[in-house]
This record gives sequence, C-alpha cells and structure tokens, in this order.
Amino acid sequence: MINFVLLISRQGKVRLTKWYSPYTQKERTKVIRELSGLILTRGPKLCNFVEWRGYKVVYRRYASLYFCMCIDADDNELEVLEIIHHFVEILDRYFGSVCELDLIFNFHKAYYVLDEILIAGELQESSKKNVARLIAAQDSLVEAAKEEASSISNIIAQATK
Amino acid sequence: MDLSINPFSSGTRLRDMIRAIRASKTASEERAVVRRECAAIRAAISEGDQDYRHRNMAKLMFIHMLGYPTHFGQMECLKLIAAAGFPEKRIGYLGLMLLLDERQEVLMLVTNSLKQDLNHSNQFIVGLALCALGNICSAEMARDLAPEVERLLLSRDPNTKKKAALCSIRIVRKVPDLAENFMGSAAENIKEKHHGVLISVVQLCTELCKASKEALEYLRKHCVEGLVRILRDVTNSSYAPEYDIAGITDPFLHIRVLRLMRTLGQGDADCSEYVNDILAQVATKTESNKNAGNAILYECVETIMSIEATSGLRVLAINILGRFLSNRDNNIRYVALNMLMRAMAVDTQAVQRHRATILECVKDADVSIRKRALELVYLLINDTNVKPLTKELVDYLEVSDEDFKEDLTAKICSIVEKFSEDKLWYLDQMFKVLSLAGNFVKDDVWHALIVLISNASELQGYSVRSLYKALQAYGAQESLVRVAVWCIGEYGEMVVNNINMLDVEEPVTVTESDAVDAVELALKRYSVDVTTRAMCLVALLKLSSRFPPTSERIQEIVVQNKGNTVLELQQRSIEFNSIIQRHQSIKSSLLERMPVLDEASYLMKRAASSQATVSLTKSATTATPAGSLKIPNGVVKPPAAPLPDLLDLNSDDVPVTTSATTTAPDNFLQDLLGIDLTNSSTAGGAPSATTDILMDLLSIGSFPVQNGPPTTSNFITPGQVTKHAPATPQVMDLLDGLPSSTPLPDENTAYPSITAFQSATLKITFSFKKQPGKPQETTMHVSFTNLTSVALTDFMFQAAVPKFIQLRLDPASSSILPASGNGSVTQSLSVTNNQHGQYYKLMCQGHVTCLSLSGGPWIWA
Repeated sequence: MINFVLLISRQGKVRLTKWYSPYTQKERTKVIRELSGLILTRGPKLCNFVEWRGYKVVYRRYASLYFCMCIDADDNELEVLEIIHHFVEILDRYFGSVCELDLIFNFHKAYYVLDEILIAGELQESSKKNVARLIAAQDSLVEAAKEEASSISNIIAQATK
Repeated sequence: MDLSINPFSSGTRLRDMIRAIRASKTASEERAVVRRECAAIRAAISEGDQDYRHRNMAKLMFIHMLGYPTHFGQMECLKLIAAAGFPEKRIGYLGLMLLLDERQEVLMLVTNSLKQDLNHSNQFIVGLALCALGNICSAEMARDLAPEVERLLLSRDPNTKKKAALCSIRIVRKVPDLAENFMGSAAENIKEKHHGVLISVVQLCTELCKASKEALEYLRKHCVEGLVRILRDVTNSSYAPEYDIAGITDPFLHIRVLRLMRTLGQGDADCSEYVNDILAQVATKTESNKNAGNAILYECVETIMSIEATSGLRVLAINILGRFLSNRDNNIRYVALNMLMRAMAVDTQAVQRHRATILECVKDADVSIRKRALELVYLLINDTNVKPLTKELVDYLEVSDEDFKEDLTAKICSIVEKFSEDKLWYLDQMFKVLSLAGNFVKDDVWHALIVLISNASELQGYSVRSLYKALQAYGAQESLVRVAVWCIGEYGEMVVNNINMLDVEEPVTVTESDAVDAVELALKRYSVDVTTRAMCLVALLKLSSRFPPTSERIQEIVVQNKGNTVLELQQRSIEFNSIIQRHQSIKSSLLERMPVLDEASYLMKRAASSQATVSLTKSATTATPAGSLKIPNGVVKPPAAPLPDLLDLNSDDVPVTTSATTTAPDNFLQDLLGIDLTNSSTAGGAPSATTDILMDLLSIGSFPVQNGPPTTSNFITPGQVTKHAPATPQVMDLLDGLPSSTPLPDENTAYPSITAFQSATLKITFSFKKQPGKPQETTMHVSFTNLTSVALTDFMFQAAVPKFIQLRLDPASSSILPASGNGSVTQSLSVTNNQHGQYYKLMCQGHVTCLSLSGGPWIWA
C-alpha cells in the first residue's frame, strides 16, 4: 500500500501531505524533514527510488515540485511511478496546465482530486475521464448550493435594507 | 471562495490570507498573520457564524499544513459534517481527514454522522463518507460500520462500489476477523465490467487473502477463472482511449490482476497451471519500451517466480530479467536487481550467470542500486566464488564513498567470517579490511579475529608481522591499531625474530626497539580513543617482559601517563609502573603468553550476548545436549584460565582451575558435556551465587544452550591480577591471568603423585592410592603448599566430577596455608568410579584469602 503522499517544493516547502498509515504529528514533521533531506539532494540521473527505514519512497520531479509516495518493500515501484504520473495528468487536466501556484492557492481542490484517485493507500480509478467527471459533478453541486445561498442572502439583504 | 457581497463580511478571503502568508519575509511576520487569522476563526466558531464556515475551515487547513496547532477547529469539522448540505459535508470531511488522525478520540464522535451519511440518498455524500472512513477509521469504527460498507459493496452505482471496496480494505486491515464477511461480495464483483470497480475489488481480494486463510481458499476456488478472463480481455482489447497509457490498455488493472494471481497461485499447483498460459501471453506480448509496459513485465516476472510455474515460463521470466539488467535506465536496473533476489530462490544458476553485471552494479553511481547489488552479491557467495568476489569487494572498498563504506565493510566481514576455513585467507582479508576501513569495523568482528589468531598458533608469526607492516601505513584506522598493538604485545618476539615464517613471506627486519616504537607511536599519536591507549599500555607492559632490555625505556613511556586525566589510563600507568619496578620476580610469569581463547565458548557467548543480560544467579542446570558443541581447531587443550565476570559484584574472585585431563579426546568431549554440576561441591556448604558462576566458568563445555547468557557481556577476558576490576565491560583487560594451567599429565596412567598445579604462589600435588580388591575406588591426597611470603587464610577446596562418579571429600587439615612453604595443608578425597574403565575428569577449585600486593585484603582463588 501507499503509506503516505508528499508534495514538496524544491526549497523544501510542503505543498500537500496525505497519510494513509498512522503517524503522529511529531512523527510526521520528522518524516518530512528526513525525506526532504534525502530526496532534494539526489542528482537528476539517479533512479527514482530511495530506500528509507525499510520502506521504499518513489519520487518524481515535475518542474519545481517533487511528488513522493512511500510504499512497502514488496510493492511494484514502476507502477507507483505510473500512479504519480496519473495523478499529475489529472491535476493538469483539472487546473489546465497546472503549476505550483495552483496547488498552493487551491490546495483543498488538489485534495479532492487525490481523494478520487487513492483511498486507503490503494488506487481507486484508472480512467482519467471518470475522475474528472466525478469531480466536476461534485463541484457543480457546490456551485449550485452556493448560488442558492447567495440568492437567499440577496433577498434577505434587500429585505433588511 | 469569492468575495461575498455581504456587507457584514469579516475577515479576509482565503486567497488573501495565503498571499499575506507568502509575502511574509520573516517567521515572526508569518506568525503574526496566522495569529490574527486564528483569532478571527476562533471568534467565528464560538459565535456559530454560518456564513464563512467553508472559508474558515479552508484557512484552518492551510494553517495546519504550515505546522501550527489547530485543535480548536476539530469540533467545527464535526459540525460541518453533521450539516445537511453537500458543500459543508465536503469541506467538513476534508477537514476531518486533515486535522485528525485515527488515534484521536474525537474521531469516535463522527461515527454516528458517518453512519447516517453511509445511508444517504445522495451518492456523492455516500462517497464522501466512504472516503473518509477508508482513510482514517480506527478499529472500533471499522467494526461498527462494517455492515454498512458490506451493503454498499453491492450497490448499483460503480462509484459507490469501488469506494466501498477500498474502504473494506482498510476495515479488513484494522479488523482481520471480518475478512470472511467480505469474501462473498468480493468474489461476486469480479464479474463487473467497470475498471474502477475491478481494480478496487481485485485489490480487496488480495487483501482478504492476506488476512484470512479461509478467504484465500474461497477466492482460489471462485475467482481464478474470472481473473484469467479479465486479463485476457484487457490484454487483447483494442485501443481504448479512456484507459490507454503508452499504448497499453489499463496497465493498472493488468498489474492488480497479476498480483492477485500471485497470491492465489503461490503453493497451489492447480491454480498455477490454470494461469500459466495467460502469464506466458502477457510476458511475451507486452511492449517494454515504456515504463507502463515494464511495470507490467516486472509484476509478471515476480508472479512467475512465486507460483508453481512450468520451466518454460521460468525461462521466459529469466530472459526478461536479463534484458532488464542490461537496460540503460536506472529504474529498470534497480528493479532487475530486486527481481534477481527473488529469482535466487528459484534458479540460482541463472542468477550466478549474471554475477559480473551485478558486481558492476555494486560500483554504480546510484546509491540505491549499489545497496541492492551488494545484498545480491552477498546472497550469491558460495564456496567456489567466494575468493574472487571478496577480492572485488575489497578492491572496491578502497575507492568507495564514506557512507557506503560502512555497509560494504559489514558485508565483507560477514562473508569472510562465514567462509573462514582457510585461515590464511581469512587473516589476509581481515587485515586488508582493517587497513582500508578499520574505523567501520565493528567490535565483535575484530574480537573474533583475535580469537582466531590466538588459536592458530602457526599463523601467529605471520599475523603479527603483517599487522606490524600495516600499522606503519594505516595508523589512522582505530581497529587496526588495536588488533596490531595486541598482537605485537602478545607475539612481539615473533616479529623480531621472524619466527614461523610462511613461504609467501619475506623476512622483515624489526628490532625490539622498533616494536616498542610502533606501540609508542600508537599510544601517542594515532589513537585518540581511551580503549586503544589502554591496550597500548598493556602491550608495552608485555613487551617489557618479552624484551627485557627495553624495560627501562618502556617504564619511562608508561610513567608519562601517571597524571593522565582519564582514570583508566592513570590507573594502568601507575600499576604497570609498579610491576616493572618492584615486582621483577613475578613479572615474567604474570605476563606469559595468554592462554588460547576458546573459540567455542566465544561463539556461544557472542550468540547469547545479543540478549545482553547479565545474570548473577546462574541456574545450576547445565546439561548440554551432546551434539551442540563443536570444539573447533581440534585441539585438546587444557581449559582456558577461568574467566572472571567483570560485572560480577565479587570481582575480586579470580579462580584458578586445576584439572586432570584424560588422554582420549572424544572422552574429553563427552565428559565435558556430561558433567552435572549440581553434584559438584561436597564440601564447603551450599554453593553461593558466586561459586555457581565460577563453577560454570570452569566447565567450558557445559554452557547451557537454552538461556542464561554467559556472565560476561564482553567476550572472553582473561583473568586479572589486581582487584581493581574496570567497570566498563568494553575495556578489554588484556593482562594475562594468573599463570595458566601448565600442561597436566594424565592421572590415570600412573599411580605416582603428580604436581597438579604449580606457580610462583602455590603448589598443589596429588598422590593416589588404590585399595587392592577395589579397583573402582581411588583415594587421593592433595597437598597444598604456599610459596608466597604471606599467609593464605580461609582456604577451601572443592571438586567436581561427572555423574557416574561418587566423590567423598574429607575435611582439610587446616584452613590456613602458612607462608613460604613452611608446612602444607592436606586434604584427602576418595573417588568411586561406578563405570570402572570409563575415563573421567576431575575438576577442582580452591579459594583463599590473602593480603594483596598493594596492602588491602583480597580474595584469591
């Protein structure tokens, strides 16, 4: 299984973390610090796998962001590389040429996307189209509800003038 | 999160807060922004402000991601989840997953909301609940809500189904007992067409198999056919844009199914046979120019290696392996090394063929590849290739990076030790490793080396000369210095006189003074470590006895440490100085060659020392199963000088063995193991805890196998002269023990009396009498003479015999041994051998008290 997902910038800033195994707050900070040190210092030609504490961490760099996923020792590393790419492509489709700034200001949306791809550290959906469809459907639900709410508050605001 | 048109809006937009935080130049500025925002959010929460709940929750999550505490927001999550609308639930569940984890008790409060949401009519809300449950539920929640999830697994909506399947995975992980509840629905869902559902359900099946044997059997029976069909369909399918990755349709599904096939086929011939064809098809048809294809091939090979595959299939797998290994892509090579580890179990020959490539990988630029390759090399080592492979590794050790050196050194040392029958080779390798990477060599490794050197008398000369040479060149390596200094101290005369030269050696010209120089240099310049310096001092002391002309010079060197701030060194310096100056008479016997360190007991101690407990009260049961002990080196040697327990509270006890050995080596072995020490002392009252320890130490062969680690957590430390036992176990005290047992004549071949033991301090003689007509009975008179100038009081003598012997010990004539041989104490004992003709060993020990050399009383046994 995937134990956690980590998105860190080149400067070591954390953009997204998702934990599928129990780690306390303190442990999480420690893990992030260790892995940042380990991964950010690796050269570009080296392989995308790092052995760490008996686990394997698969990472790939996309522009200024490192996407890292920590897996168990007996998992398929090449597949996880594909899962990372799957995630990035879906984000790209959703945000339209996604860049780091998108993920900073719309981090909650990035989480929504991730929750449609992974649950319990396992892959949920292999079709990018399906994921996009589901997210869009939920977004429109939210939009609709917001419109309804704003129209009501409009009415109230006007009524109380 | 747009600007609300409400004129009463308070606080900033999410976007603005993020901007403000990013714009902060210092940490305190950021803290100020965060503090302000938190205050606003706290106010909003306590007022129950409905309008900006989303925004506030989002802000809270961002602040949490920065690392600030956000506990006050947890209840707000719960409230949002309990709200009616979808948007609130959505952000509420996200907040829950981010701000809480399964260990928090607050989580339990959500159970009810979750239950309601799992039964909601809106499938997206159901989805939210399943997602949250699947990501962070605890074991209790899992148990509570499992029935709901089971039901949802059978829903019509594929989105719900797939989420339910993954949620079930977490439930089964937390509560494996529930596995059987899910297996029926899981097997049913294999027939689905939706890929998302299939991926999730197949993964669920794999998890179920891990959790429960019953589930494994069930799924094996019901799913294999379906799996083969799925794989066949997806492999043969035409281009499907929705699932296509690099020209392959849904590689994820391929891989999941292959993994499940592995779990089901492992150990089951029928299942393996069934999947044979499809595996062959996947292995041959899959394109391997892109990562997706390689991922599938990787999984396929792993599966083939694990199930009961046909040889044709295995050959296919090994070919793929070979291709991967020579691929230029680092990822693929890494993965290939992984595959090779698994292939070792299946076809060692095939792996051996790739030995050269693997060795290349050990030197690769990528540290991950190097580590994998090194592990693989270690597995590949066998008797035929151990020498060339070790040579390669040692050569590489010279040029490898510092951080890799440690792993490499550890591996080389364990390889060399495992194949250490060829002692010369072992010594050569160890000397090289010590020279190149001595600082990384662990203590027990060089301890073992010393044990071996002390046993291999024909190689001692070679060892000490090689070490002397190495010391000149590689003095910075701590362990090398220690081993070298110890050897020079012990076998100094071999260096100087080129004793026992081997054919491969060239003679060295080393004078006594050179040898002392070397040790002095080690003491003063190279080593910083206290242990090493302590060892140097001891070595110098030994040399002062071996090379008498250098004695004065050595004294000068030793004296320099008299004022050393480290207590250990100061103490040694003063004591050794005193020995050199004033105790010429006993010095040589004090510093005789150390008795051979017993390898067998060292090995057992080493194995047991990992438990790292020191038991002062040893159990008296010591019967060892006969086969468990091998006496290495085939040397029938007198038992080594008894080993005082450094951590023993009565550290003053330094027992001396006297024993009569038999001539027959096998009987020696047998008797060693046959001794039951509970019968041992018939005199001297109940054995105290100390005595037990001493007893056990005497019977080298009778180490209990099951427990009771030997009393020294260090390895063998020979006896000490003084009563000042160092408290730190890792300091190896290398002083020779009291004179080791001199070779003892056999008592059984003759009736003439023998001198069982003689040293500068004590002489013990045995005389024997057999009564005519009672050949089984032997009466012995033991006579003790005290040769020191001090009277020895509280004399006590004990003896131990095997079970089939009866021993009767008469009281001694006196408990005081008068000084300077003015009279002796006698004691008689009578021994009856029930198995007349059977050799046996008599083991004895004695205790005395006398005044110490430096004025205080000490117990000397």
